Amino acid sequence: MTASAPDRSDIEVLSARLWDVVRGGDEYAAVEIVLSAVDAGLDAESALLDVIAPVQGKVGVEWAANRLSVAEEHTASAINDHVIAALAHHGSAPRRSHQGRITVACVDGEWHALPARLLAETLRLRGWQVDFLGAQVPVPHLIDHLHRTGPDALALSSSIPTRLPAAHHAISASQAAGVPVIVGGAAFGPGGRYADRLGADAWAPDARAAADRLAEIVARPYVPPAAHEPLDDLPHLADQEYTLVTRNAHRLVAAVLAAIEERFPAMAGYSERQRRHTAEDIAHITEFLATALYLDDSGLFTRFIAWTADILTARGVPAHSLALGLDLLAEQLTDFPRAVAMLRDGRAAVPLAR
Amino acid sequence: MTGVWAAAPHPVVVADGAGRVVELNEAAARLFPRAEPGASLAATTPGWLAEAHRAAVASGTVDEPVRGEAGEHGYEARATFSPDGDVIWWLVEDTDRRRAETALVAERKRTALLVEAAGALLTTLNYDRCMEVAVRLAAEHLADAAILVAPATGKRLPVAYAIRGAQVTRRTLRADPAEVPGLSEALQGFPPIPSRWIDPGRLPSWAVPEGFGGPVGAVAVTPLPGHGIPAGALILLRRNDRRGFGDDEEVFARLFAARAGAALSAARVYADRTGITEILMRELLPPRLRHVHGVAYAGGYRASVRSELVGGDFYDVHPGEDEDAESLVVLGDVCGKGLEAAVTTGRIRTTLQALLPLAGDHLRTLSLLNGALLNSGSTRFATLVLASAVRAGDRVRLRLTSAGHPPPLIVRRDGVVEEAATRGTLIGAFPDVQATTAGVELAPGETCVLYTDGITEARGGPLGDIMFGEERLKDALSECAGMPAEGVVERVQMLAAEWAGDHDHDDMAVVAIGAPQAGRPEAAGRRPRGEEVPR
Repeated sequence: MTASAPDRSDIEVLSARLWDVVRGGDEYAAVEIVLSAVDAGLDAESALLDVIAPVQGKVGVEWAANRLSVAEEHTASAINDHVIAALAHHGSAPRRSHQGRITVACVDGEWHALPARLLAETLRLRGWQVDFLGAQVPVPHLIDHLHRTGPDALALSSSIPTRLPAAHHAISASQAAGVPVIVGGAAFGPGGRYADRLGADAWAPDARAAADRLAEIVARPYVPPAAHEPLDDLPHLADQEYTLVTRNAHRLVAAVLAAIEERFPAMAGYSERQRRHTAEDIAHITEFLATALYLDDSGLFTRFIAWTADILTARGVPAHSLALGLDLLAEQLTDFPRAVAMLRDGRAAVPLAR
Repeated sequence: MTGVWAAAPHPVVVADGAGRVVELNEAAARLFPRAEPGASLAATTPGWLAEAHRAAVASGTVDEPVRGEAGEHGYEARATFSPDGDVIWWLVEDTDRRRAETALVAERKRTALLVEAAGALLTTLNYDRCMEVAVRLAAEHLADAAILVAPATGKRLPVAYAIRGAQVTRRTLRADPAEVPGLSEALQGFPPIPSRWIDPGRLPSWAVPEGFGGPVGAVAVTPLPGHGIPAGALILLRRNDRRGFGDDEEVFARLFAARAGAALSAARVYADRTGITEILMRELLPPRLRHVHGVAYAGGYRASVRSELVGGDFYDVHPGEDEDAESLVVLGDVCGKGLEAAVTTGRIRTTLQALLPLAGDHLRTLSLLNGALLNSGSTRFATLVLASAVRAGDRVRLRLTSAGHPPPLIVRRDGVVEEAATRGTLIGAFPDVQATTAGVELAPGETCVLYTDGITEARGGPLGDIMFGEERLKDALSECAGMPAEGVVERVQMLAAEWAGDHDHDDMAVVAIGAPQAGRPEAAGRRPRGEEVPR
């Protein structure tokens, strides 16, 4: 930074201004705000991580709170993506890379590519050679890329907890290919608690920390765990509850829907669209249950149920419909002790009907 | 010594609480010639036995047998107590068992090392990484330092250096392998040659890793057998001047070289093949789309076969010569999947490129393409959509023609989703082509979406095995009113992929053509960003 570099509060003001124009869909102004700040002395890493990243974080928060429509959310993300691209091609050429080579990718099924993109650009600024593979990278493509390019490490991003089994697949396959893995993103839970369980070599809460940790990882030779099977990380998978719930998810959803119609007469009056939403909600619950079974972590399921109950309440949908769904799921899964216990814990997280 | 055990084949010694020998049998007398009744046990037998005796007397018990050497053999000694308090030592020779046990431990260690080495070598199919693993293992287990030399590419010699306990470094040198005696032969891979110990004085400076320090005592050049594919050679450096491998080392060195050679040659084959595939795929992959002449274009593609990146769906944007000329967008779907279908899409894309000057007449273009495809002898047919787009004021004017393809969908500002009124026959099946062209205008913020049936025919959903369908697509698009083209493409792709979940699906391709809103740089005629970073 130069002597005229903006201080902390300037940066916050800048970020707030960026939010306003992104919210208004004004891409031109968004690019101008960031580029002129960089011209005025803001360093590029700070522009990425202290100005753009908070705006993107706010997009997620506002969307979750139902204050942004789907269209507005996608528009805002697209604008942020453009601002990052504009920044990447603005100003001085990136330093010649002597640090090594890093692959940055999102887990298969993960569509939120911006956090990974922010990391990719940060690493480039710090002199790494970066291959950014983007959103939802299937494991075979990822592994093919790792063999082809031989990077020093893989940085894997996931925001959705239900992608954690896919993340585990990618982590163990990458390590088996001799490439250590650092993970990040909201999916890995508070404090990154699932990163360790899934055998990742490191976890980082944000792009700066990830860049620091990567430098450490690459500095020492990587010896992949010998004769390591993914099942070794998660021995509880031997009970097959995850496999069976996942394989029969569609049948479970259909059975629960049929039972709801029987016991919840109001559903007879539902429109086709409402029925579809109900089916999607139950499928979503089943998916989170399966993920909690995969990790053997009841808290993951309970947090999801509490969050869903909040959302339903905010939309004026009675939360006890959620409790009914959980009860009916438990009836379908009586032979699955771990699933039944998690459903019971989840049930306790649903606020009682007023 | 009395009793039957006086002549027992195993040595027996009886000693009292004061550490004096009470009696001993013939075998014991042969083993400890100076021992006799009354003599001190400590003075006439090995220290380990006298020590065990003192401990036994002091504690009054002996639980575990003790062992040690006597003469040229090893013995295991067990103690019992006689009724008058003396300790009777029973010795059993265990030299052979010990030797077998030691050999077993060594063998197990070697096997474990080989398993570890094979495992480490097999992890990666990347040639450079494989070199690093092999040279690190060689420096750890075969020498003080190792240099792995890969077969030269042109005049460049890829080399990896490892010193035991230090980081591996890789270089590409301009060096002649003939400077190291025996290296050129070792690199050829055929005929097979054994490891060769050479004069350290003849090593060129590049063949000694930086930081090795001190003189090189001994040097071996070991070929890595690649079985038909040259895999490289190892130069092993020792600080001491001992030449040659011991028996154990010899076995290990040979097995290690075989494993390393196999791994390196596999990595080389993989690198060659993927290199070829990559070059071919570059032509087949869909392009990244941008804003051209005031019109926004975005495209997204996901191939069906999970292990392949290319398939039968394709799209292209051919920019018009200037702002007033139409740009041509093509999106199509060749029947079939995978590489074979991709080859046909390549042919169609190339043919259309050649037909660009005629794009003012969609029907004519389609007829010529149809003829070309029929004449090419290809048995595959295709459906496609042609879209010509030009900016007119703040609006975008489109001509849309479907050839057997789902008609494009128009997303209006108010969320209404319209189907473009175009129908036509597919391409490459019949001698004649028929098609109608629809004229459409987009106001700022409106989008025209071209898609392949991989989207609408994706099976999945919460109940499984239900088609995504046109209705769901239209519903999704009605929420996309006012979104930029990239956002629309991302949204459609995301919903269809989420719908399909883990089900296999057909190729999915989407292209959005948008009329930019005021306030977007493309509307202002300025494009502040450069090339997108390739994914």
